[in-house]
Amino acid sequence: MKKIVMGVVIACLPFASSVYSKPSDGGTINVVVQPEPPSLMIGMYSNGTTQQVGGNIFEGLLRYDKDLNPHSLLATSWENSNDGKTWTFHLKPDVLWHDGQAFTSADVVFSVDKLLRQTNARLRTSLAFVDSITATDDYTVVFQLKEPYGPFIRLFEVGTMPMMPKHIYAGTDYKTNPANHHPIGTGPFKFDEWQKGSFIHLTKNENYHVKGLPHIDDIYWHVIPDAASRAVAYETGKIDVLPGGSVENFDVARLSELDNTCVTTDGWEFFAPQAWLWLNNRQGPTADKRFRQAVMYAMDREFAKSVLWNGYGEIAKGPIGSKTKFFDDSLPDYEYNPEKAKALLKEMGYDGTPVRLMPMPYGETWQRWAEVIKQNLKEVGIKTTIVSTDVAGWNQKISDWDYDISFTYLYQYGDPALGVARSYISSNIAKGSPWNNAEGYNDPQIDKWFDEAAVAFPDSKRAELYKKIQHKLVEDVPVAWLMELEFPTIYNCKIENLIDSGIGINDAFGTAWIKQ
Amino acid sequence: MSIKILLYIAGRAVKGLLVLLVIAVFNFFLIRAAPGDPAQVMAGEAGATDEVFLQQLREQFGLDQPLYYQLWVYINNMLHFDMGITYRQQMPVFDLIMDRMPATLLLTGAAFVLSLLLGVLAGVVAAAKHRKWPDSAITVAALVFYATPLFWLAMMASLLFSVYLDWLPSFGMQTVGEDFAGWDKVRDIGIHLVLPAATLGLFFTAVYARMTRTSMIETSRLDFVKTAKAKGMKPSRVLYRHVLRNALLPVVTLAGLQAGQLIGGAVLTETVFAWPGIGRLMFDALFQRDYNLLLGVFFISSAMVVLFNLITDVIYCVVDPRIEL
Repeated sequence: MKKIVMGVVIACLPFASSVYSKPSDGGTINVVVQPEPPSLMIGMYSNGTTQQVGGNIFEGLLRYDKDLNPHSLLATSWENSNDGKTWTFHLKPDVLWHDGQAFTSADVVFSVDKLLRQTNARLRTSLAFVDSITATDDYTVVFQLKEPYGPFIRLFEVGTMPMMPKHIYAGTDYKTNPANHHPIGTGPFKFDEWQKGSFIHLTKNENYHVKGLPHIDDIYWHVIPDAASRAVAYETGKIDVLPGGSVENFDVARLSELDNTCVTTDGWEFFAPQAWLWLNNRQGPTADKRFRQAVMYAMDREFAKSVLWNGYGEIAKGPIGSKTKFFDDSLPDYEYNPEKAKALLKEMGYDGTPVRLMPMPYGETWQRWAEVIKQNLKEVGIKTTIVSTDVAGWNQKISDWDYDISFTYLYQYGDPALGVARSYISSNIAKGSPWNNAEGYNDPQIDKWFDEAAVAFPDSKRAELYKKIQHKLVEDVPVAWLMELEFPTIYNCKIENLIDSGIGINDAFGTAWIKQ
Repeated sequence: MSIKILLYIAGRAVKGLLVLLVIAVFNFFLIRAAPGDPAQVMAGEAGATDEVFLQQLREQFGLDQPLYYQLWVYINNMLHFDMGITYRQQMPVFDLIMDRMPATLLLTGAAFVLSLLLGVLAGVVAAAKHRKWPDSAITVAALVFYATPLFWLAMMASLLFSVYLDWLPSFGMQTVGEDFAGWDKVRDIGIHLVLPAATLGLFFTAVYARMTRTSMIETSRLDFVKTAKAKGMKPSRVLYRHVLRNALLPVVTLAGLQAGQLIGGAVLTETVFAWPGIGRLMFDALFQRDYNLLLGVFFISSAMVVLFNLITDVIYCVVDPRIEL
């Protein structure tokens, strides 16, 4: 079989570090972790902070730069066959687990085919396209796909497909394996100690498979439950890094102006969080397309962006974020236009039935955003009542479709087939999850296009389909898109190279170093 | 100790156990009345989920069983001194609580002692200098601390002492990354303790001060105090021997109440100062619907309340022998 070589052996993994002066070794980084993760076992828990800390201990086969191009990590090179259905990965030899055992292709097959297939809901969806996973020798793994699944090459990031040690997990009950409390990975940092409620300590992996890395000796992740106290902890210099979203937005501007403080919005490219309003398509006024369009015209999203988000982020144009692949920039705009909204409401004969509006229970910003939207909707004649709830209640209400309008934001994972389709295809209408097609939008044409686009080959064919999808969805407004969110990471400027990949803080601090 | 007291204590203990059982059953249903369940919260945090995953979690937690069966399992476990496993951390509830207990007891204990000493002292001074300037100063200060929300006070204290003055650490219980031992460790924890204990203690200091002052002023007008003065007893001896001792009863009642809250009463302080105690454990468990953990913390806190009510009653008759059990 003739093969197209898509990956090239890259000698070393840093893709950005060389522009700085020579990195120095040593030092400690203090980071905030909020909320305290339930576990660091990244193969079984996909919580945001599990990934942030666990991403230092575990590794995927590949890394992705800020333009989402794949780079070598545990795999040194990889090829795709002409028909797009056979992927061959060549592993890096001489990689050791933190307990000294060798990392081989058996670990890869076990991780993906056994452990993650059982424990990782997101990967499981994609594995449906995989026919077989085989190790042809100690350092080669072949993925045989049923169809040329377009997003396949974007599945190898540590949060999606982390490598798990077979010698520890094979044949055990994964959920209760004692190693979950003392994770063993291949990453640049090793687990040392977790004082519940206080901090998690990681130390340098002296036997890391990339020579000369990591530079940092210790990382402390501090559990500080109050947002204002996290800001104070940074101000007093006890904390070096505030990952995006760990302080309230109204504190960001003040903290950014402190001495020696750097701010970056990099490192979210892979996730590209997209915020929108769920509009319950099944019942009430939100079932009418004209009402949903009216909501789009009624919202002053520029105001929300500049006031609530300090100007960070972009106004969302449609279902696919502008940083995600196959975004179409020719989409029509829903500009802020209350008159148009009123006209649409009049046309549909909206009788003033009040609707419930549910903010996300994730901090002050969402509460305020709900108040802004309430005001916007009131101006065009839509009466809303704000429903307050906590995380569990919010999950349940969305999962049971017990809402009219609700805030949410979802990650896109670099490819519409991974992070976008799930919210619009009718096969994803199911109670029990707040992350599927919770609005109940059902359109056979959209289903068909999304199905085809996932397996169309090559990419140009996919782009065509996604263009049609975006235009149709923007016309139908199944949900009211708000913003492409940006969560600025605030950190002490003495740290160089803190964020050097498309998953940002969720990646290891493997190439970071501290200026002496 | 007389047989009578021992019998009394035994009787109260039996009643206490029954109360605890009723509370446990009541709590069991109460927290299940809250919307959502732990599986949903965990799935929600994962950012992606499906029915398979939820089902796996519910089976693992035993939440797929009928409610009456879950209650039976829970009570049965409790009778065998087993509080179950936390859903999130996959650790025994008892271990987790015991892990956090010292931090909380240190904080609330320090605040308790501080507020009791300071509060009673301030109350005595105010009463002794009734209608003079120290009385006014203490009354006003007590009123201010009584009325100020705890979290606001905490934030202001950390702004002043941590950010501007840089005297005291603003979060945590010890300096992370320093392996202190012996006196260095004690000093390190002590420095971290100052702000949280002071903020937590100020409210009760105010309460004790006001209570002691009022109670003493009231008592000092009683006949036996006049008699004591008429006998020509030294004013200070009248104050401590006659007035204070008789005025302390309401303070003991309050102290009993505060002592009952030693376990669960520091949620706000622990949150603002990132103090790794039980209050936060409970707060997190509440939002994560970690039923076992929550029930465990509830159980231990209610046991503390029952215990301290009993101790308070016994102390009553030590302070005032006229009171019978």
